[in-house]
Amino acid sequence: MSILAYNGGAMVAMKGENCVSIATDRRFGIQAQTIATNFEKVFQMGPHLYVGLPGLATDTQTVMEKLRFRKNLYELKENRLMSPKVFAAMLSNLLYEKRFGPFFVEPVVAGLMPKTYEPYICNMDLIGCINPPNDFVVGGTASAQLYGMCEALWEPNLGPEDLFETTSQALINAFDRDAISGWGATVYIIEKDKVTIKNLKTRMD
Amino acid sequence: MSVLCPEIPTPGFSFENCKRNAVLETKGFALPKAVKTGTTIVGITYKDGVILGADTRATEDTTVADKNSEKIHYLAPNMYCCGAGTAADTEMTTQMISSQLELHKLYTNRVARVCTANQLLKQYLFRYQGYVGAALILGGVDVEGPHLYMIYPHGSSDKLPYGTMGSGSLAAIAVFESRWRPDLEEQEGVQLVRDAIAAGIFNDLGSGSNIDLCVIRKGSVDYKRTFDEANKKGVKQASYRYPRGATSVLSTRVVDIEEVAVQRIEPERMEIA
Amino acid sequence: MFATENAYYPDYSTKPIQHSFSPYADNGGSVVAIAGDDFVVVGADTRLSAGFSIYTREQNKLFPLSNTTVLGCSGCWCDTLTLTRILKSRMQMYHQEHNKVMSTTACAQMLSTMLYYKRFFPYYISNILVGLDNEGKGCIYSYDPIGHCEKTTYRAGGSAGALLQPLLDNQIGQKNLTKVSAESITQEKALAILKDVFISAAERDIYTGDNVMINIITKDGIKEDNFELRKD
Repeated sequence: MSILAYNGGAMVAMKGENCVSIATDRRFGIQAQTIATNFEKVFQMGPHLYVGLPGLATDTQTVMEKLRFRKNLYELKENRLMSPKVFAAMLSNLLYEKRFGPFFVEPVVAGLMPKTYEPYICNMDLIGCINPPNDFVVGGTASAQLYGMCEALWEPNLGPEDLFETTSQALINAFDRDAISGWGATVYIIEKDKVTIKNLKTRMD
Repeated sequence: MSVLCPEIPTPGFSFENCKRNAVLETKGFALPKAVKTGTTIVGITYKDGVILGADTRATEDTTVADKNSEKIHYLAPNMYCCGAGTAADTEMTTQMISSQLELHKLYTNRVARVCTANQLLKQYLFRYQGYVGAALILGGVDVEGPHLYMIYPHGSSDKLPYGTMGSGSLAAIAVFESRWRPDLEEQEGVQLVRDAIAAGIFNDLGSGSNIDLCVIRKGSVDYKRTFDEANKKGVKQASYRYPRGATSVLSTRVVDIEEVAVQRIEPERMEIA
Repeated sequence: MFATENAYYPDYSTKPIQHSFSPYADNGGSVVAIAGDDFVVVGADTRLSAGFSIYTREQNKLFPLSNTTVLGCSGCWCDTLTLTRILKSRMQMYHQEHNKVMSTTACAQMLSTMLYYKRFFPYYISNILVGLDNEGKGCIYSYDPIGHCEKTTYRAGGSAGALLQPLLDNQIGQKNLTKVSAESITQEKALAILKDVFISAAERDIYTGDNVMINIITKDGIKEDNFELRKD
């Protein structure tokens, strides 16, 4: 078994029409044993910027704190918000610095670019290779299932409501076929003027 | 170390997690694999310069992680570099050398030469004994004319008129061996590179999606991103859009984002009278 | 003297190198089956591969065992050849001994027994057996390599099984939907979904592509269909 699959977790982000979504499961487990069903893996890094860190839970939290520290320093120094692209580059460099002793996380970044409010999503491998597609990204132990779901469900120009349904269904059905993720889900729909956070009803087994 | 004044971190790689990860490995947790490019990359010299080519698939084991990854990296205005191997290594290595070349150009006030880039890349790779898994095809035009180098992960290099690398290298070299000749016209060269990449895309499972090309002549560069879409995605029979309310929601929270009003204040002239 | 185990200079290690032989190969391929009230459709891609190379782009992985039974196989191709050869001869022997064609349900049980017979040197195949049961309803049996058998109404197996199964759960099993329709699936819808899941799989699984061979089984016999996937 891989270290990335020690705690389990699934994550997906999708681009829509002037909006992006990022969704995650809520499980925290130690291998097959579920410890908690309210574990946070997606973190807010700005008004329009979220990052998800599926993988080894201890590294999820360590990397999140390192990121928050560096992002805060940037914002104090530059007196402006960090854009998703800059944030992704910073995260990539943080991970690649540990090329030979990596953090076991496969990050997913979702947000809107400042001023233009253009959707931005990307994911990375554990040593920071950025992949910024124009449809969707996935991460975590249910990634194979998520690829299959998203590849069929995603279509261009989804509005916020439709994007929510598509993202939620992709995530729920994918993690129902993964033994170590699930147990509740949270979906964030990021729009220009608001962020909608919904907790989903899912199977709890 | 004080919290108020954190120590400036040392440059280069950090090995602080290595011990922990080694312990985890001894406990039977396999180290995960990084994204590989699993690539076909090629380069040829022709009459007036060099042509580089690459496919656009990145794989994580047997799944496609990126369907349109950019494998022809910018090094300098007159130089580009194709990368195969560990995706993060090729990206970071070329970025780093690109920055060194820019500084070198500013320092010497000359257009950087391709042999300089080759030397920087191979010395960097040799230092890491092959652990930085980047196999590169470096191409460019300088005062000495067009040059093409193959650079291997352990730090050796070859100066060749044409070459291929990555998992689809055999499929691609077969095309070159049968059709490459000295002093090709640009049109012929582009077609040859396209066909070599297509051979890799169709016959090697690690390569796929589109064909990227980069033609470098003396004084001009033509970067043709998605030169050819070798494979069209199948057309779906039905739309899978859900009716609103298809998913059951436990709770909803809406966070309004206030527009941060930025008011530009015109600076007043300082009183100097 | 060199150290017996030298982590820094593996080229100079004096430890003996152990080579091993594996009797199995993974030749990839995916199989999807969907059953309805009076029909069953089964599809398999036609790519046969190993490692990073393609052996052929036109390998049919569906084996008609009778007029109402088809077996879809993916995994180790040499095991598939052997298993299907033995299965066919067992079908023939049954026919000659009992003077009737073996039913799908009986065939499903026989396959399970045959797989478990090789419990400690298994056939490395992901099998999906489809057909019409004694009432004429579509049925699907899926197996693990050592003979565990499960009867279902839809199933995806093979190299892209993990990618496809959740989509079938959702679109055919109507899992996680608030409004569930009571109507049973039509043959047209089953075929459309079957094609779409293969298009999705070909995008992300390197072992799935080229073509899909489809068999549609109704009381009138087996009808074949074919459609193209990406070739990279």
